Order: sequence, then C-alpha cells, then structure tokens
Amino acid sequence: MSEDGRPTVVLVDDHAMFRAGVRAEIGAGVDIVGEAASVAEAIATIRHTRPDVVLLDVHLPDGGGPAVVAAVQPELPDTKFLALSVSDAAEDVITVIRAGARGYVTKTISGADLTDAIRRVADGDVVFSPRLAGFVLDAFREAGSGPGGIGTLTSTDPELDQLTPREQEVMRLLARGYSYREIGSELFISVKTVETHASNVLRKLQLSSRHQLTRWAADRRIV
Amino acid sequence: MTTPLTVPPVSAEPQHAPRLYRDVHHRVLGGVAGALADHLGLRRGVVRLIFIGLSFSAGLGVLLYGAFWIVLRTPPEDESESTGRSTAQYLVAAVAAAAVLLINAHTLPLGWWFLPSLLACFGAALLWRQASETDRERWRRLSSSSLTASTADRMGWLRIIAGVTLVLTGAVFLLARAGITAAGAGLAAVLVTAGGLALITGPWWLRLVRELSTERRERIRNEERADIAAHLHDSVLQTLALIQRSADQPREVARLARRQERELRTKLYGTGVPNGRFGAALHAAAAEVEDTYAITVDVVVVGDHPMDARLDALVAASREALVNAAKHAQVTSVSVYAELEAGAASVFVRDRGTGFDPERTDASRQGIRGSIMGRLQRQHGTATIRSGPGQGTEVQLRVELE
Repeated sequence: MSEDGRPTVVLVDDHAMFRAGVRAEIGAGVDIVGEAASVAEAIATIRHTRPDVVLLDVHLPDGGGPAVVAAVQPELPDTKFLALSVSDAAEDVITVIRAGARGYVTKTISGADLTDAIRRVADGDVVFSPRLAGFVLDAFREAGSGPGGIGTLTSTDPELDQLTPREQEVMRLLARGYSYREIGSELFISVKTVETHASNVLRKLQLSSRHQLTRWAADRRIV
Repeated sequence: MTTPLTVPPVSAEPQHAPRLYRDVHHRVLGGVAGALADHLGLRRGVVRLIFIGLSFSAGLGVLLYGAFWIVLRTPPEDESESTGRSTAQYLVAAVAAAAVLLINAHTLPLGWWFLPSLLACFGAALLWRQASETDRERWRRLSSSSLTASTADRMGWLRIIAGVTLVLTGAVFLLARAGITAAGAGLAAVLVTAGGLALITGPWWLRLVRELSTERRERIRNEERADIAAHLHDSVLQTLALIQRSADQPREVARLARRQERELRTKLYGTGVPNGRFGAALHAAAAEVEDTYAITVDVVVVGDHPMDARLDALVAASREALVNAAKHAQVTSVSVYAELEAGAASVFVRDRGTGFDPERTDASRQGIRGSIMGRLQRQHGTATIRSGPGQGTEVQLRVELE
C-alpha cells in the first residue's frame, strides 16, 4: 500500500496507448508505481517496486502473462495478479488463472469497475467477471451433462474436481452479473461468505488435476 | 522434401579451401596450368610442358589436367568463364587428347573396361560441371566429413554411386554384348542405363519440385496478406473514418467500435457464425440489438443445444427483453446469461437501469406481455420479471427441452 492507503500497481501491457489510457482512468484510485511492456521488463519492474497488484495483459510478446506470474510469484507471495485481456478465449482465461492470477477482467471494463477490482484483489479477494464464472460453470459441469462438459472425473482428489451446490449458485449469480453484495442478499449469506466461496472456486480452478480442464479450454476458442 | 539445406551461403569460401583458382585470363584450355604455376611459383610454360610430358606416360597428364579442371574453381570476381575461349581451342584439346590416347594405346593396360570407364569419368565430370554451386559445396563438405554427414546427404551420395554403377553396368553390358545377343539384351542395357540416369538426375528433379512448391507457398502467403489487407481496409479503416467523423457523439462511437470488434472476433475466432445451435443464435440476436440501440450486450452461454421451436421462442423472447432494456432502462450495457442444463434452458437478461414496478405496468406495453410472456407460454415456458424503481431489471426466461 502507498502512504495514502491506495494499493500500489504495476501495469504490464505491450501497448503503450492502452497503458496510458488505463493510467488516466484509474490513476486517481490506485498508485501506479511502474509500467512494463514485455515479460523481462515486467519481472524486473515487479522485483524492484514490489507492488500490491500487477495488472497483467495475458498476451505479451515474449511469453505471455503466465510467464510473468510463474517467474515472480514464488519470491513475492504478497504480490497479487489481476489478468486483463482483450481476449475472451477460454484457453487464455484458464491458462492465466491456473498460473496463479487472482482474477480476470476484460479490457472493456469501466475505470470505476477496474479500480474496484484492483482494490478487491489487493485485499485478498478474487475477481470473477461474468464470463469467467461462465467458464467455470461450463468446465465443472457434471460428467455426461451434454456437449462441452468435462467428461469423467479422473482426479485422486474429487473434492477439487467439483463445485459444491452453494459454489455453483454463487457462480451462476456472478455469471448473471450480480455483485458480491447482491449475491449475499439473494442467498441470505454475508458478503464475506460469498468471498470465501469465490476463493474456493478459484483454488479448485487452479489446483484441480483433471487434465481435461486444459483441453476443454483449448477446445473452446470462443468469445 | 522439406529438409532444410544446411549449406553455407553460396559466396562463402570454405575454411579449408586453398586459394587456388583457375587462371581464366592467361589460359590455353582451362587455365589449370596457369593456376598451378601461380601457386607453385613456376613459369606457366614449364607447367604446361610437365603436363604434356606426363601425358606420354600412360596419359597421366591428361587425367591430372582433367581432375584439376574439375576441382579448381574460377576466381569469385570473374565468373565470365566462357569469354575468350574459342571452339578452335576445344578442338585442339580434343585432338591432342585423342592423339595422346592413341599413342599410348599400346602401353596402356587396356582392358575391355577402359572405354566405359572413360565414358563414366566423362559423365562424372559433366555432372560436376552441371551441379549448382550449392550442390558442389555440399559434396566438398561431404568429402571431408562423410561419416558425420547427415543421413540425407549420405543418401545423396549412395544414390549417385548407385546411379553411376548402373550407367557403367549398362554401358559395359552394351559394349560387351553388342552384336552377340539379340535385342533383349540391348533393351535390358538401355533400361539399366535409364535407371541409372534417373537416379543421378533425381536430385535435380527434386530440387525443381521443391523450388516450385516454395514458390507456390510464397504466392499463397502473398494472397493471404492481400486478403487481410483488403478486409482491414473494408472494415477497420472504414470504421475508423466513421469514428473520426462522429467524434462528438460518444454513443455512436461506442456502437461503431463495438460492431467492429464483433466483426473482427467473428473473423478471428468464428464466433456468431450461424451453426443451428442456441449459443450462436443468442449471440446473433444480442449483436442485432447492440447495433440497433447502441448499447453493449455481454453474453455468457454455458452449454449448448441444437435449435428447435422452443429455443426459437426463447431467443426471440430474450431479444425482446434486450430491446426493452435498451429502450427504457437508460443504461449503456446489459448482461445476458444463458444456461442449458439437462432438460431445461434458462436465460437471464439483466440491467442496472432505472427499473420499474412490474405490478403497475401499462397494459399497452405489448412487449412484455405478448412478445415475452405469451411467446414462452405457448411453448410451455415461463417468464419472470424482477424489478423495482431504481433497482434495475432482471428478466428470467425458461423453457423445458425435449
């Protein structure tokens, strides 16, 4: 955190114009301490500035967002990654989340929403866009429930391979565009509980060993 | 066929090559004597005399001269090899060679194989002269490292050796049997010779084919580039021009940008292409509303199903709900979530706009009553509207699947 309580942020995107746009939109709400245009540059900048949140483009010239997460996360466990991409392809989303990002938003997000998402990630929450929630529901659908489902469960830890009914409800409401607060009042649970469910789903998404998850994502090159 | 040639650039000199070039300026025949003279520091005349002298020792001089001619190269700066060499000189050379051979004929250990071998040597020399610089470079490399050479290169050697052997066999066969046996033997000889020639010239044909396919690939790539350029011109550049002209109308700019984005996504990822399934149909309906009402519609679909009458009604009702949101909610974006589970399809259309009281809706509002509820009820579906002033609106639509 910077002295005035705003989260510190590093912007990683290979388009200078986009970085300038984001800086102008969120500069008031967060403290942007660095920018980078490539994987190597990003790793150096993040090591040097140790930000609270890295706003990370999925597509970078020399390896992509997942390479940055993999290189930095072990030594800086307190730095959180929020993926930001123009692509809605499931492959990209799943890859960067499984690499360790704590959320995924698309580049068309408004400045206010982006600031909010950064704050939440900095506070330890996870950020699900409606689309990411939809991907999760699609990927974790029960075996044999139609085309697009993930197929049979093969993991040794079945806990990680399916969502609890409550988690499914939370994901459904997220996909419908509900905020955590709205979900809480809809399901008669506290916002904190909603956050816990979302974190658990993200953990399952990252740790689930069902190898079909990646293939599922690769098969779905859809918007 | 696509094995890349690991050959250095044509102009590059091999490290081990002696700086020994055929002297093309002071030559009588091939400039070989001149080259050796320069290299050894002798006078040209002396070297020539030595060659002539050696020629009387079983034709050694001629063979040596030929070998040097084949192996030595012209200086890189002077490739115009044919200049200044007259037919007369060739003729003199041929007569001299013939004379030397005739004179030595009685001393040579001539067997029946001599003439075919000579022919074969002549063929090899021709091959060497015909080969491209790249090929010769490869052969030179091979001669110093044939054991470590790649399999492909060694195969090339084997092929040439096999070819030469076959040509030789054919020639010998023909020479030895000529006049003795019937035409059958002659035919066999011709076949063997032709096979040998095919083996020898195979690489050249292959190279020709390879060059052709390279050329074709290049052309396809160029066509693709032109195609993309044309597409960008027709779509993106036009949109950008429109955006510049409507820079003072943010809503119009957003609509233009959104439509362009959708078009590009369709081109890149193939989304929204009608395929007779629910997801694509819902995306298409949302795109239409986006275009007409200049709002953003975010569509998330989980699962998919082939279209039928019920899903047709569901898509039409969803479209109507979107139109309502665009017209009345005073928002710039609406989200749509569709889920197709086993046995049922649900669509949620949600906006965070002004909202209204569903109980007090004007009876003349045909949209909700007829287009949404009526449509779904005819398909045994349900429509629920959750809204309130200032709370936004969510329309929940559901049909059973067969």
